[in-house]
Amino acid sequence: MQIYLPIAEVSINAFILLGLGGIVGFLSGMFGVGGGFLITPLLLFIGVPPGVAVATGANQVVASSISGVLVQMKRKAVDFRMGLVLLAGGFAGSWSGVQVFAWMTARGQVDLFVQLSYVLFLGLIGGMMFIESSRSLLRARRAGAAAPVRRAHVHTWVHGLPLKMKFRASGLYVSVLPPAAIGAVVGFLSAIMGVGGGFILVPAMIYLLGMPTKVVVGTSLFQIIFVTGFTTIMHAINSQTVDMLLAFLLIVGGVIGAQLGARMSTKLKAEQLRILLAVLVLTVCFKIALDLLLMPSELFSITPVVLP
Amino acid sequence: MIRARAAMLLLAALLAAGQARATEAIVTGLSQNRVQITANFDGSEILIYGAVKRDAPAPTDAPLEVIVTVEGPSTPLVIRRKEKVAGIWLNRSSVTIDAAPSFYAVATTDKLDKILSGTEDLRHHITIPHAIRAVGISAEAANSPDFIEALQRIRLNEDRYRVAEGTVQLAEETLFRTDVALPANLTEGNYKVGLFILRGGKVIDSQERLIGVRKAGLERFLFNLAHQEPFLYGVISLAMAAFAGWAASAAFRFMRS
Repeated sequence: MQIYLPIAEVSINAFILLGLGGIVGFLSGMFGVGGGFLITPLLLFIGVPPGVAVATGANQVVASSISGVLVQMKRKAVDFRMGLVLLAGGFAGSWSGVQVFAWMTARGQVDLFVQLSYVLFLGLIGGMMFIESSRSLLRARRAGAAAPVRRAHVHTWVHGLPLKMKFRASGLYVSVLPPAAIGAVVGFLSAIMGVGGGFILVPAMIYLLGMPTKVVVGTSLFQIIFVTGFTTIMHAINSQTVDMLLAFLLIVGGVIGAQLGARMSTKLKAEQLRILLAVLVLTVCFKIALDLLLMPSELFSITPVVLP
Repeated sequence: MIRARAAMLLLAALLAAGQARATEAIVTGLSQNRVQITANFDGSEILIYGAVKRDAPAPTDAPLEVIVTVEGPSTPLVIRRKEKVAGIWLNRSSVTIDAAPSFYAVATTDKLDKILSGTEDLRHHITIPHAIRAVGISAEAANSPDFIEALQRIRLNEDRYRVAEGTVQLAEETLFRTDVALPANLTEGNYKVGLFILRGGKVIDSQERLIGVRKAGLERFLFNLAHQEPFLYGVISLAMAAFAGWAASAAFRFMRS
């Protein structure tokens, strides 16, 4: 069943869109990532113009994140206090990211800049997660059931910082400065890369803040809702590139996928979950790197000029 | 005396030419003169038909040929070329084109180079290279033939530009018809239909008709809302997302209990 999208101005099979939304929603619910780094390349691949893909992708991520966060809330696996601290940093970072993005656009190399940041951050985080989680998986296997438990309360210089706050859901008593800083970095990167930032946030919360894995997914989703919601509104106002019909179809697929994914995540071990996410992140990174390194079959590209 | 006779001859020749022009003229019809883009729009096929009107018996010196062109609204474009820099392929040079048709189709009764002379093509902008140039090319672009060639190549691959030789059916040198399939990814605006009848490479008569392509129904409503009330549109998009997220969660909870 073909459907004509009013803003994207293309006609695409509705079931393909439902399926795409479903797959990305499933991953979103399972790993606590928004899925922005997947949905945008996939939409481009099926012929949606880049501007519409980025903006509508953000809108879809809002829905699947809400759907996922509600499941996590029932499980009491959302640290709202931590989420709000991350968010405060996130808005500041996002604002400055938009400024840098505008500056790069004026210099005409924003595409390359975005692609390079994708390769760099996806590669770095995917690689780190892959090594760490496969190591702990091996260790767990060797030691049998009595695997050493990761201690969250290793005291470092981080714990000497002022403005300490109790994060009950995470079982942490740390300064608000590190989470706010992480939120700011994520906000900055998400403004530049056009993603929610979950794939950066999840490992940062686990490895840098020492939060227990069970609250990480819900807290990450909670923060992503607001960051992508902000992005959607900004795009709707500045460039009118949010396609509501496209978003609707992706969302219907996405929310169902997110529910299934969130349930699936309880059946897998934390290490397995992390290793799968690492493989996914590395695959996307590899694909973008190949695009940069291999000679394209068509050297020329046509971009319609957006009239101011 | 001689001058007067020469003038008479010239006048006679002009009259004859005028009559020759008038002896064959196009009468045309379109199956529809507007296309509405609705939610289930999946391209549209337009039947373009017509007849040749004559005051005198048809000339027999050269066969009659028909060319039909359909040109979509033009938009400005940037064409970029990738080059390898330090092992990475990136966009290095670009050329801006003020206006290039978003869609262009040529349908004919026979091979274009056989039925259309170069000068007539130049005058009536029938083939794709001339049609693109006619719309508007900046000095910068005119000096970069590679880029113009790439524009044609890419759009031909995308089926936005088409040459369909031999798809106009002509009966008894009088009645002709052709179908032009408009693609699903149409740009809104007026589509110009050009009709030409030719003999011996020369255009005898031509006509232009318009097809209005407009979004309708839900498509129209969403498009207008997005452009006239962008903030409201953004908020509605978010509200829809929030509601859908909640509804799915509630539905699954209900199903499990």
